[in-house]
Amino acid sequence: MADTAAIAAPRLLTRTRIRMPWLVGLAVAWIALMVLTAIFADWLRPYDITAMNLSARLLPVGTPGYWLGTDELGRDVLSRLIQSVRVSLVIAFGATILSAVFGTTLGFLAAQFRGWVEHLVMALADFQAALPFMIMSLAVLAFFGSSMALLVCLMGFYGWERYARIARGLAISASAQGYAGAVVQLGATPSRVYLRHILPNVASTLIVSMTLTFPEIILMESGLSFLGLGVQPPQSSLGNMVGFGREYLTRAPWIMLAPSAVIVMTTLSISLLGDWLRDRLDPTIR
Amino acid sequence: MFPFILAKIARAALTIVLVMTFAFVVLRMSGDPAQVLLGPDAPQDAVDAFRERWGLNDPIWQQYLAYLEQILTFDFGVSMRDQSPALDLVLERIPATLAITIPALILKIGIGIPAGVYAALHRESVADRGVIMLSIFGFTIPSFVLGLVLVLIFAVTLGWLPSGGQDTWQHAILPIATLSIGGIGILARFSRSAMIEVLGQPYIRTAMAKGLPWRDVVWKHALPNAVIPIITLIGFMVGALIAGAVVVESIFSWPGVGRLIVVSVANRDLAVVQCLLLVIAASMVVANLCVDFAYGLLDPRLRQKRAAH
Repeated sequence: MADTAAIAAPRLLTRTRIRMPWLVGLAVAWIALMVLTAIFADWLRPYDITAMNLSARLLPVGTPGYWLGTDELGRDVLSRLIQSVRVSLVIAFGATILSAVFGTTLGFLAAQFRGWVEHLVMALADFQAALPFMIMSLAVLAFFGSSMALLVCLMGFYGWERYARIARGLAISASAQGYAGAVVQLGATPSRVYLRHILPNVASTLIVSMTLTFPEIILMESGLSFLGLGVQPPQSSLGNMVGFGREYLTRAPWIMLAPSAVIVMTTLSISLLGDWLRDRLDPTIR
Repeated sequence: MFPFILAKIARAALTIVLVMTFAFVVLRMSGDPAQVLLGPDAPQDAVDAFRERWGLNDPIWQQYLAYLEQILTFDFGVSMRDQSPALDLVLERIPATLAITIPALILKIGIGIPAGVYAALHRESVADRGVIMLSIFGFTIPSFVLGLVLVLIFAVTLGWLPSGGQDTWQHAILPIATLSIGGIGILARFSRSAMIEVLGQPYIRTAMAKGLPWRDVVWKHALPNAVIPIITLIGFMVGALIAGAVVVESIFSWPGVGRLIVVSVANRDLAVVQCLLLVIAASMVVANLCVDFAYGLLDPRLRQKRAAH
């Protein structure tokens, strides 16, 4: 196993290193900037996100000291934006990982046990696909009340059915191949076969699907927060900033435009990176 | 063919029952509607009377059975807020929503597919790159950002169009534009890749080798095959006709199903929310069923495979 990892790693690197288009390079740079912003949010933001300055309300962009202007309560838009990037990214990261782990586990279970387990998993996947995610989340959030933990868990269900379908299909075809049969013959337990042997072989496809789901989760979370049912004030997320900025669309459009631009740039960057990774890594489309 | 249809219908029915159960369990388990509707300061006897009136004191399985029984008789309960039948409340909102989602769907199909096919036929051209870039923008810009930017440009700055409401046909322009732009991007991109895949198939080479004019190759051999995966995506879009405009209706205060969802969820109006979930899930499931049957009509290969089963 250690041998295959040692061989696979450099090959992955050389494959990704050749000719990265400048647009993808730009996208990677933007994503890095956003991740650094999220990590160092506490040091970067000039003011506290709830610090109000009622004598400096609705200041326009470019005011010294408030480079992105202020909102209706005189709070610094740049500081709130930095904090929002952190909140939105944390939710999206957490949810992407939850959904990938949950979906992949169910997909592997379906592939291992077949029979009624597989039918159950597929019926649940159908159910998830039949109910628009937005509608389901609206119902759950409004009825349970919105909290950060619930929001991450709820978003963690976004797209699980895709991982489940992919993982099931890949695991079934992998078990038919020699290597899986060989380790089973050697007496490996099912969990060892799936985690140590099949997972590394199907990981690239799953990672690609994570990069494609990630921006959708950002959009879903910001949509819910925009409707007032996601992240609750005084905490702020990108969508909730747009939602509140909407009230001041005519007088202070920068409150809404700054987070909008960040959302679009971020989802655009991750989509570009995801597309490019898919073309490079995904064996199923070649 | 018949067992196939029956299996599909059984699966669709199962999905709807799952949605129904989910709606019931989540909504009932999550909070006390009596407290929410009457307020935290309501006198205890008023709360008790309310619980009695709506059957909230029975065990949950009894409430569930009663609920199933009602649904089988097309009784979806009445709104806890103004006592009008939940189904009527939902149905009366559907025309307003369809008035913006159907034109948006027509625009998506009418612009998205030709743009995608054109891009596929002229790969690496300026038009192709333009379609790719625009389509990526189309689906990475969230609808609330797009909607607000359109309001900022066309309503606030230029003053050409109204920013919200439903009085004249001009009011529908911005919501329709917001709804369709993202979908045009998605459909263009999808048609482009479907078409490129088909153009690489051996039967296209055969058609070209036997000297067919390029136009016939495209219209008679490539397009009919490329349309099949595209139909799946259109099926999803048809399924979303009723529920796909939640955010857009909120931006433009359009009185459709989406507004009703947000409002009844905020009011915890259980009967209306359950009815909405059911109507929405049913429309998605029916749209998917239609897609499955459309495959059979469009693709003789699938028809034969199914007949052989």
